[in-house]
Amino acid sequence: MARIVITPPGRFSFPKISHLWEGREVLYRFGARDVTLRYRQTLLGVVWVILQPLLTALVFTLVFNRVANLHAPKGVPYLVFVFTGLLAWNLFSDMIGRASGSLVSNRDLVSKVFFPRMLVPLATGYSSLVDYGVSVVFLAILMIIFGVAPGLALVLIPVWTLMVVLLASGAGLAAASLQVRYRDVAYVIPFALMFLLYASPIAYSSTAVPSKYQIFYDINPLTWLLAEFRWSFLNEAAPPAWQIVLSIVVPVTVFAVGALIFEQLERSFADLI
Amino acid sequence: MPDGPSIEVSGLSKTYRILRREDQESTAAEALIKRIRHRKGTKRVEKFDALHDVSFDVEWGEVVGIIGRNGAGKSTMLKIITRITAPTQGRVELGGRVGSLLEVGTGFHPELTGRENIYLNGTLLGMRHREIKERFDAIVDFAGTERFLDTQVKRYSTGMYIRLAFAVAAHLDSEILVVDEVLAVGDSDFQAKCLRKMREVARGGRTVLVVSHQLQTVSDLCSSALYLESGRLVLHGTVEEAMEAYKRSFARSAPVLKEAAFRPGSGELRFVEAKVTDDITKPGQEVVVEFVVGANPGYGNRYHVSAFLNNEDGMLIAQCDSRVVDFWLDPSTDAEGRLCIRTPWLKPGAYTVDLFIHTGGHPADIWEQACQFQVLPVTPYSHPTTPDGTDRGVVYPDFDYSQR
Repeated sequence: MARIVITPPGRFSFPKISHLWEGREVLYRFGARDVTLRYRQTLLGVVWVILQPLLTALVFTLVFNRVANLHAPKGVPYLVFVFTGLLAWNLFSDMIGRASGSLVSNRDLVSKVFFPRMLVPLATGYSSLVDYGVSVVFLAILMIIFGVAPGLALVLIPVWTLMVVLLASGAGLAAASLQVRYRDVAYVIPFALMFLLYASPIAYSSTAVPSKYQIFYDINPLTWLLAEFRWSFLNEAAPPAWQIVLSIVVPVTVFAVGALIFEQLERSFADLI
Repeated sequence: MPDGPSIEVSGLSKTYRILRREDQESTAAEALIKRIRHRKGTKRVEKFDALHDVSFDVEWGEVVGIIGRNGAGKSTMLKIITRITAPTQGRVELGGRVGSLLEVGTGFHPELTGRENIYLNGTLLGMRHREIKERFDAIVDFAGTERFLDTQVKRYSTGMYIRLAFAVAAHLDSEILVVDEVLAVGDSDFQAKCLRKMREVARGGRTVLVVSHQLQTVSDLCSSALYLESGRLVLHGTVEEAMEAYKRSFARSAPVLKEAAFRPGSGELRFVEAKVTDDITKPGQEVVVEFVVGANPGYGNRYHVSAFLNNEDGMLIAQCDSRVVDFWLDPSTDAEGRLCIRTPWLKPGAYTVDLFIHTGGHPADIWEQACQFQVLPVTPYSHPTTPDGTDRGVVYPDFDYSQR
């Protein structure tokens, strides 16, 4: 048994992968706890997982398609188009939303038990991923019903999913650790997410955006990822190569930066929370 | 057991930076405004040493008690050893895994069942799934909750909850076990079971660190003790030596707080004086505290007072809040009051009385050890026996037996 040495934290500390690996069971238990708890004492139980995105997609179809007269690119029913966008978006926003409040709401754990604290926000992603998985199956059913065929790029879906997860986790880690010190984060996040929901091409295609605003869409990582999702699932045109490259570089960077911020702030969690 | 001492602590310090109240910010906007106003960054920070240059070694198989008054740094020490918080200076070396029982039941989720919580909590404490599975029956058996395994924990009684939580932690195979005030709960059977378990752990060559306010627990269980005072390690020796130092600290610190200006509390109202009418008394006699509170005509509302009675072990024996007997005072004039405590009968020893003035929010005056008195070693009962007939318990009860 190796001796454990505890010393004051250095100026920069990097997350220890080995610690996280040791804690993988904690990650699994936390995740399982979240999933179990969410649908305990609910009447419809797991049906909510399908119902929530479906109802949102229906509302979007009604508002944006019927009332605002926005359309999907040719050949794809609007419902399937918007459901695909929401799939990626829900994974993203759900992960950030859950992760950002996770430390504060698990205050007891943070101040009384030792384990890699990073597992708390990371574990919240588990239930978002379960939801995502169910939604993907449901999308497949929708595609069969409406006769939409995916292209070969379908095999890249795991890559895009991973990128959404990295992007959201990175932002979630930073938000969670900042919220320990500044509770304002809890108010900023929902607002920022609502803004992003409308500022990203979810209910509409980015090609429908007037060219003078195009630049704002081009710099939004969600635009790239949404285009990739639709490319893979709905066989739409592939996004430009630079977007594909950046859509991998940016999430990886965001995750690394988020993890670093988290590590820097972690040492004071137990004292501040 | 591995080579070397099980715990080596050297030069350990923990400093908290406390912002003065007007400088504290908890929203980013406030922080930003402050940053702009005081661009030089002159935040008035006060430093507070929770621990200062503490060094000690603990050998394998020892059960070490950590004693000291509130705020002496006991909990901070445990938090550093369990890696919940990081030290500011110094170094701790541990010879193995640390299992902690800091406030048992953290990580228990009320909505989960007993079974689910055993797995969740066990994992959090560092057990592998396989280990938990192997010990599952032993854990359930120890807690005595087999019938409620699939019941949500929120429907458990407090006792059941604590028993289950302790059982999980006690079955953790860590080389070092850290325990904080767990034995304050549960019935005496369960407490005895816990003590047995901890002794068993130590006999197996592992190390146990115990923080407790129940000096009885410490003396029953520990083989040596650390006595901390204001963040410094004053003594590392036998349990008796540490207890003696702890008791002496009560006598020593009393005069310091006499001056109202040095006492904590908001200061809207202050005690001017307080005394016990008989500072040497006998068990079963009334204890009478007479006090005077200075007037503050500017403060409009009536207020109430409260008193804590402590024995020489530092244990709070009784609380006398004047609200429960509907006694209120008027701040417009000096108020002279009298508190008469008839029961319980006090055991021989030294006692202190803490006095408080309450105006609603934060206490206006907190006067710890405002007065002291001695109770003489005389029995209040009609038929004296050998000491073993009266030496358990903290007070003498007024009781009798009769045939039914």
